[in-house]
Order: sequence, then C-alpha cells, then structure tokens
Amino acid sequence: MAGTPTTTTTSPPPVPTAPGGRSGSAGKGRTAGSRYPYWFYLPAAVLYTVLFVLPTFASFFFALTRWRLIDFQFIGFDNFVLFFREPALVTGLVNTIIFGVVTSAAKVVLGLLLAVLLTSHIIGRGLLRSLVFFPVLVSTIGVGITFTVLMDPFDGLFNQVLGAVGVDGPGWLTDPSLALLSVAAVDVWKGVGLATVIYIAGIVSIPSEYFEAAEVDGAGSWRRFRSITLPLARPATVTVIILSLIGGLRSFDLIWAMTRGGPGFTSDVIASVIYKQYQAGFFGLSTAGNVVLFLVVTAIVLPLFWWLNRKEVEL
Amino acid sequence: MAARTATGRPRIGVLLAAAAVLASTACSAGSLGSSGGTEDGTVTLTFQFGNEPPASLIGQALADDFMAANPDIRIETETRPGGTEGDNIVKTRLATGDMTDLFAYNSGSLFQAINPQQQLAPLTDEPWVGSLEEQFRNSVTAGNGVYGAPFGSSFAGGVLYNRNVYQQLGLQVPTTWEQFMANNASIEAAGIDPVIQTYGTTWTSQLFVLADYHNLTTEVPTFAEDYTANKAKYATTPAAVQGFQHLQDVHDAGYLNEDFASATFEDGLRQVAAGEGAHFPMLTVTVATMVENSPNAAQDVGFFALPGNDAAENGITAWLAAGVYVPTTTAEDSAKFEAAKRFLAFIASPAGCESATRVAPPAGPYPVEGCTLPADVPQAVKDVQPYYDQGASSPALEFVSPVKGPSLQQITVEVGSGIRSAADAAALYDQDVEKQAQQLGLPGW
Repeated sequence: MAGTPTTTTTSPPPVPTAPGGRSGSAGKGRTAGSRYPYWFYLPAAVLYTVLFVLPTFASFFFALTRWRLIDFQFIGFDNFVLFFREPALVTGLVNTIIFGVVTSAAKVVLGLLLAVLLTSHIIGRGLLRSLVFFPVLVSTIGVGITFTVLMDPFDGLFNQVLGAVGVDGPGWLTDPSLALLSVAAVDVWKGVGLATVIYIAGIVSIPSEYFEAAEVDGAGSWRRFRSITLPLARPATVTVIILSLIGGLRSFDLIWAMTRGGPGFTSDVIASVIYKQYQAGFFGLSTAGNVVLFLVVTAIVLPLFWWLNRKEVEL
Repeated sequence: MAARTATGRPRIGVLLAAAAVLASTACSAGSLGSSGGTEDGTVTLTFQFGNEPPASLIGQALADDFMAANPDIRIETETRPGGTEGDNIVKTRLATGDMTDLFAYNSGSLFQAINPQQQLAPLTDEPWVGSLEEQFRNSVTAGNGVYGAPFGSSFAGGVLYNRNVYQQLGLQVPTTWEQFMANNASIEAAGIDPVIQTYGTTWTSQLFVLADYHNLTTEVPTFAEDYTANKAKYATTPAAVQGFQHLQDVHDAGYLNEDFASATFEDGLRQVAAGEGAHFPMLTVTVATMVENSPNAAQDVGFFALPGNDAAENGITAWLAAGVYVPTTTAEDSAKFEAAKRFLAFIASPAGCESATRVAPPAGPYPVEGCTLPADVPQAVKDVQPYYDQGASSPALEFVSPVKGPSLQQITVEVGSGIRSAADAAALYDQDVEKQAQQLGLPGW
C-alpha cells in the first residue's frame, strides 16, 4: 500500500504535492470545498441540464404561449388567466385536496394498524406481509378497470353481494357525491401496502427494551401503543404522510381509468383537467396548468415537510 | 397503449421504403425511368383509421380491395382509438412528422383543428374532386385547398325508435317536441323506458344538443355565421338553449332508463333493439353495429328526426362523411404521393363506395357522384332518405363552423344526470368554446 504511492489514486501522499507543485493549474480545476475537479461533474451536469433544466424552463416559456406544437404565439399570462377561469378548475382544485387528504389520512391510519398487526407474533407473518404489498405492484390501470367492473351499479359484484343481503347498493362511480370517494377507497386499497411496509420498518426499529420496561411498570397494551409505538414511529408517519400526500395531489391514472373525471366534472382533479386540455390540443394552456399544479403541490408539501420535521427535532 | 406500439412502425416503414427506393435507383437505373418504387415495383403505404366499426371495417375493406386491383401498391393498415384520445394521437403524430402515409379523420371542425394548410397535402387538382358532393367538399376544404377524399357514407343525427313499441301502443312518429313528450308519457305508462341514455359512453350524451341543430338553424338561420364571429352565444339564443332544455326535460320527467349513468352505447343499442326502451337519440352511423349485435333491429328499429317546435320545419341534422388525408410528410416522397393519390382516387369512386358497402351497410348517402345505396339497407337508414329527398336536412354545426368546445360531452352528461341546469350548461359551453376559438386564432375572439 505505502510502497506504490504513484499508482494509487486514493493514497494521501500525492495530495500535498499537487497544491505545492502545480498550484496554478490545479487551482482552476478545483475549489477548496469541492471534492472532485469540475470536469468530473460535467457528464452529470450535461444530462441534468438537457433532461431537467431545459424542459423546466421550456415549460415555463410555453406556458406563456398559444402553442400548436408546429408553431406558437406569445400571449403573456393569458393562459394562466384562462386556466383560473376554467369552470372545472374549482371543482378540480377542491377534489384534488379532498382526494389527497382523504387517501393520505386513510393510509396513515390503516397502514399503522396493519403494521402493528403484522409485527405481532402472528402465524404466516411473512406471507401476510407480502399479501398487503401485492396491490402496490399491480398496474394502476388494471386495478382501475377491475374495480370499475366490480363497482358497476347493476351487474357489479359489490352491489350483487349487497343485494343478496337486502341492501340497495349505491352507484359507486355514477353517483356524483360518491364517485370521488369510491376512487379514493380503491387508491387506499392499492397504496396502503407501501405505508404498511414503511410503518413495519419504523416499528421494528423501536428497541424492545422500551416495551419490556413499560410492561414491568404495568402499562396496558393501549398505553404501550399510545406512548411508545406512536411517538417513536414518528419518522415513519412523516414519510407516509409526505409520500401519500404528494401521490394523492398529483393522482391521475386511477381516476382516469375509473371515472374519467365524471360523471360530468364531478370527480375531476387538477391533473385530469390538465390532461383534458392537452387532449383538446390546448398545449400552452395545459402547460400553464402544469406550472400551476407544480406550484400548488410545492406550496402544500414544502411547509408541511418543514413543519413535520421541526416537530421531530423538538421531540 | 395501442398508440405506443403503433408509433414505432411507420418510421421503420419509411426507412425500409427509403432503403428500397435507393436500392432500386442503383440497380435498375434506366429500366423504370423516373418512377419510384422498389425493385419489384411495389410501393408500401401506411393507412390509419379508427378502431371501432364501421370505420375499422371500411378502412380494411378499402385497403384490401385496392390492393387486389393494384398489386404494385401495398397498404399496411393500423387503427387508433376514437374520441379525444384519437384526436390527441392524430395531432401529436402530425406535429412530430410521424403520421402514417394516409389517415382517416373527421371532416369539419376537427379537420380545421389539425391545421390542414400547414400539415396536409392539398389534393385540389385531383380529377375526383369534381365528383364530390358540395357539402362534403366544403367540410374538407381549408383556404383554397381541398384536402380529403370521403371515408364511408354521410349519416344523420336523430332518434332511433323501436317500431314494435310504436305499433303496440298505436303511436305516430312525432314531428314536434310536444308530440314526442306525449308519446313518452304513453310509453312510460306501458312500463317501457321512454328515452335511453348511455353515459357510460360519454359522447352519446351530446345528441340532444348536436342533433337539434337543424331546428336551431331553421329558427335562427344566421346562427352559425354569428357564432363563428363571436356574435351569437348558446346561452343568449333561446333556440340554442332548447337542446339542453330538452335533455333536462326528459331527465326531470323521469323518462330515462334506470341504468343511464353506467350503461354503454352498445347497451343502449341493444335496449332499443329489444324494445326495453323506445327512443335512443343517436347517429345512424351506429346502425351497422346495432344490426350486427341484434339482427332483428334491421326491421324493428326505425329513425326519425329530433323533433323541434314547428312540424313544418321538421328535419334531420346531417353528419358528413369523414375524410382520408395525406400529411405533407408523405408528399415529400413522389413515389409514395403518386401511390397515395391512386388510392384516394379509388376511395372517391363508385368502386370505393361498393367496398365500404360490402362490409358495413351505409348509414346514409355517399358524397360521391355515381355511388348508390343497396336496396336492402336497415329500416333506420331507409327512414333517413325521405328527409334528404325533401331537402329537410342541415349539416351539423361542426361542419359549418370551426368552433366546437371539447367539454360538451361532460356538460351534457351533467344536464342529463340532473347535476346542472340547461341554462347553466349553455353558459358553460359558451365558455368552453372560447378556448377552441382562440387556439384556432379566429377573428373576433
């Protein structure tokens, strides 16, 4: 190791000689705080610029144009004015928030309960853990189409079962007041596995000494859950909330597969409003919509993330 | 998903064709003169059309029959989904220069929305252009250029009705809205659904509004012109609100089939054929599908125009045939363009009409001189002809004005489901078309 300083790149000896012997040229390629010379960053920087920076700025630009793909006309902020006057937008905005909050809350509660169950000494634990995760792996569109069939108000399995026990099942996806919540329920079923896995990891990492000590002190099971599991699984809760909220706010594929925003506009979310504008050929307008969606998600998630993490530090 | 698999193919086709052209000019120089094509003289064209019958059947039949008569041209067909998803594919592929060599697409306002003057090759000087029916020719014209050959027949919008139900209840075909509602009352009393709606297939919800255009234009003849110039609005023209109002009326009266919110368009066709429902506002282009699924419908289902206020002005709203177009990218290759023109000449000829008739009974007259309808068409199509003969027809608004909003189908679903009132819906639709008009850069918007 020490005998071949010239061929090893990681050994310390060449480092002091470089600034001393070639300080002029080395100073250009390397700054004090940087770990690598600049050229080392170049491939990643080029990729990053081409794939992320340019499209982002291009989208900010095209949001200001009436864009027909083959040509465009600069129209300033008209697209944003038009987008905010979009009749479906208010419904879409409200629905987006309802959908994000409902699915996120349900995933937190159900995920935690399932994780507590699946970290207990239950028979077939490994199998049960994978079963709850399976829906996460299935294609969203496939899940959507399957549940659309199951939720058919007349021939669907759900209402046939309900009918067999004498209950008149609702139009899950055709009743304007139910459609969005039905889709949210399917989204929870599909996504709760991921929340559960995160919670399992969080709960398993809690040292068992705490539980043993609490038991010796006479704490009941509710008390142990309330005072040990819940606070110590907090990092998992933060992760689940952030992930499922971002997922819920930009959710599109499941809603599109199940209701296409219908009946009418009643289950439209911002993403489906934007998609329909894109379909209609309003490319500039839908790009402006995406910029708005980006800002909305950022405006909700960023403060929430900061707030949740601050509480964690205080703990 | 279908689109993704489809997009790869034409490029490879273009490459192969280009390679073949290069090879042929190198090997057999002089023997073929300046004409393009491969070594054995064949040219391959790609041709895209909708994936639902009758379009899917007609597209394939045209390609097959043309190839049988012209062995030197090979046509590879591909299909795309209908509705707005299809619009999206057509627009994107045209803009990226990735479109098939020929494609079938709507005439009228949707044709205007693909910027024909920039993206399509004009066919104005082709000999068959003179034999096109005038309304159709106008609907594939942009600026001074004609861009399309007719794909299939024209068709009508109105009401498909079950003739057995009418016979049993002793009803007459209505010519006014009052008569129609009176018939509905008797039909409901007999325990049959008076009006079928199928919001599982959202576009079907638009018929009460779109097929009412004949009634609108007979009452307000300047509507299309003023509407295009942003001078007339749906919400402020009583005759225009009427279509929305009728839809609301049949819902409020409880005349709809129980499963209207989830039923699909094919369910609706089955219900009217079986007499479970009496009326289904529809386009006659669907008759072929209906007869295929329920053969008895050929005799049992008839057709009448959507009734308006005045019996004397009763007439149909006519939809013009779709067009077959050639993107400018095809015209850059002269061998291909020549082959494409020969295919178009076949499509716009009596032989082309026969090809279409062979696989799908026509839903109305063909817009080509010399094309005739077979004698054994279904009853619903027979019922359309008298309206044309009496001149009691107007082309639908989408063929006389480029302004058509993309959200009409969602709006009419809301009206027909009792979520939104007719007046509110008309105002909302006015707002919806504004975006389309601005995107097209129409003056006055």
